[in-house]
Amino acid sequence: MDRIPILKMGDVLLVTIQVDMHDRLALALQEDLTARISATGAHGVLIDISSLEIVDSFIGRMFANIAAMARVLDAQTVVVGMQPAVAITLVELGLSLPGVRTALNVERGMALLGSSQTSVAEGGDDAARES
Amino acid sequence: MPRESPETVEIRASSDVVAVRQMTREYADLLGLSLVDQTKLVTAASEIARNTLDYGGGGTARLEVLENGSRRGVRLTFEDHGPGIPDIAQALKDGFSTANGLGLGLGGARRLVNELFIECPPQGGTRVTIVRWK
Repeated sequence: MDRIPILKMGDVLLVTIQVDMHDRLALALQEDLTARISATGAHGVLIDISSLEIVDSFIGRMFANIAAMARVLDAQTVVVGMQPAVAITLVELGLSLPGVRTALNVERGMALLGSSQTSVAEGGDDAARES
Repeated sequence: MPRESPETVEIRASSDVVAVRQMTREYADLLGLSLVDQTKLVTAASEIARNTLDYGGGGTARLEVLENGSRRGVRLTFEDHGPGIPDIAQALKDGFSTANGLGLGLGGARRLVNELFIECPPQGGTRVTIVRWK
């Protein structure tokens, strides 16, 4: 089966989704990413979806799962590059991607990951540690 | 590029759900729907095709162009021979699901199209029909 490649850039794992993912491919990505976070000790995951033409409830749930699993493994997730038509459809579908941080593009996403690491290091508002 | 309408696609694996999305996109494009309306229709088709696979145990999707006077649209009909839906009104409510997930499939999909019908004949199975007019 095909796999979606995961690149490592410093402290961040970078995933660019360029194919129309079927559900098993999405599940494989979820597993591969958690394994890579654990193996590399990465503190950030950046998922570029600028090529994705739709995000349905399954793919949306996958992003939420990845963000939750990454958080448990001490990594922040940012989803970047959502097309406007996809954003409109997602909201109308009733999905708001709970727990998933988003940014307009890769640069802003990387900036978000960089700044969040600093704030966590300073003992910021990391609610996950309290529960 | 005129298409032979209707066309039927088998839904047997998750890759077939992708095929349904791609064919729906072609019909939506052919009809001249805006990008947002195309995206909504394709997303609704994806939700229902997945239900056909996961809850219906597989089935078919039929795509066809509709003409009603000067009005044109596209209709997608999903059929399976699974257990059916015991309470259709309940299934259309947001947040309801008998299996995993957010349970947004049908209620959410209904907001993305102009018409959505669900039929569960007594002999079993489910038929979901969605229509998007231009």
